[in-house]
Amino acid sequence: MKRHAVTTRLWHWLNLLCVVVLFMSGLTISNAHRRLYWGDWGFDASQAWLMVPRFPDWMAIPGYYSLAVARDWHILMAWPFALGLLFMWIAMLANRHFRRDIATSRREWRPSAIWRDIVEHLKLNFDHEGGKYNFLQKLAYGLVLGVFLPMMVFTGISISPGMEPTFGWLVDLLGGRQSARSLHFIFAFALAAFFVVHVVLVILAGPIGQIRDMITGGREA
Amino acid sequence: MRRRNFLVAAGAAFVAGCNRIAETDAGKAVLDAAESWHKGAHRLLSDRKALAPEYPRSSISPFFRGNGSTDPQNGDYPRHVEEGFANWRLEVGGLVANPLSLSLENIRRLPQRTQITRHDCVEGWSAIGEWTGPQLSVLLDAAKLREEARFLVFRCADNLNGGDYYESVDLVDAYHPQTIIAHSLNGEPLPIRNGAPLRMRIERQLGYKHAKYLTAIEAVASLDDIGEGQGGYWEDRAGYQWYAGI
Repeated sequence: MKRHAVTTRLWHWLNLLCVVVLFMSGLTISNAHRRLYWGDWGFDASQAWLMVPRFPDWMAIPGYYSLAVARDWHILMAWPFALGLLFMWIAMLANRHFRRDIATSRREWRPSAIWRDIVEHLKLNFDHEGGKYNFLQKLAYGLVLGVFLPMMVFTGISISPGMEPTFGWLVDLLGGRQSARSLHFIFAFALAAFFVVHVVLVILAGPIGQIRDMITGGREA
Repeated sequence: MRRRNFLVAAGAAFVAGCNRIAETDAGKAVLDAAESWHKGAHRLLSDRKALAPEYPRSSISPFFRGNGSTDPQNGDYPRHVEEGFANWRLEVGGLVANPLSLSLENIRRLPQRTQITRHDCVEGWSAIGEWTGPQLSVLLDAAKLREEARFLVFRCADNLNGGDYYESVDLVDAYHPQTIIAHSLNGEPLPIRNGAPLRMRIERQLGYKHAKYLTAIEAVASLDDIGEGQGGYWEDRAGYQWYAGI
């Protein structure tokens, strides 16, 4: 068996493209109104819980201030992003990638085991006996696949006025439209933080081999 | 510093690549198609008459922000303000069998709908207000919409940065029960910043669809010959999405 299933590899690179375009166009959308609120409504500084900094043009699609063009990209890439995530969940449940490699056992949640994992990580020792991933990796991938990415979809749906007649319960669950917008922003930056840590660890673990394996699938294990 | 330069260069190159794609015919076609897939999905998932949420009075925002034109100074508008909008007319024409010309008094005498709804601006903010006015469907039934009509164009009195504001919707949104011609906000005549004396409420779409300073409603078969053909002021000017339910 390959180290990474073909479905995992396809999704990984498709998702990278989607997340990068969505994040960079999202920065332009953020620049259009830089305050975040909780609840159903909010429009001025007195209601805001956060004043977001203005993001520079070089990191924002389309490279100059155009809310319309940024929304075009956001609206387009939402499709492969959401459908790709659904596809990945079906694939990793069907091929047991989730049960085998990502789901944690109760034993792994013992504080002593978690502490040992953290120490090994800090020593940059990424060898782990037994399963493919150690506890911290399982936790990170589990959070990204199970919480951060799906929450981007759910909070995105909740911001769309056209979806609200059907998904009003979801908007209520998230605490109102402006709360959903705030959460959309928070999870986007949680993903950005994961992205940075992920890239740093790939570099430390040997980037050429890691990237090659995510393309070709890697050695038969 | 070198690492930062690398990031800036990589970011700029990626952005340039995206822009290159967006300029091609195929890129444009896909970006446009994505918008109509959202519209299709929304309409597949929602009943056509499904209502946007309505709120209790206690949820009303203390102030209702205005955006775009907030105090038009062009044409006859300042005179209408001075007259207290006593001579304001709303024309209903185009592809109708029975064109109408209504005064504010005529409009207030029609059956009214009052709704406390949330207004979402494309920029990201929201405000909640109570709107009152007749349903657009009542006017369209009175004017007897002709069979060829596919869109309703909303003409506005305000000229914003050298262009006349206008907007349009299709028949699904035109006949939606919450699509009203509002003359009141929170029980008072509309303030000027919010579109006095009349504005549209298109509750399942973003704020720029809710045309303010409404002077005429025109039924048309196609939007190609209206304005620059994109169906609205911001759509023509800046490329905003005609379907603003996203």
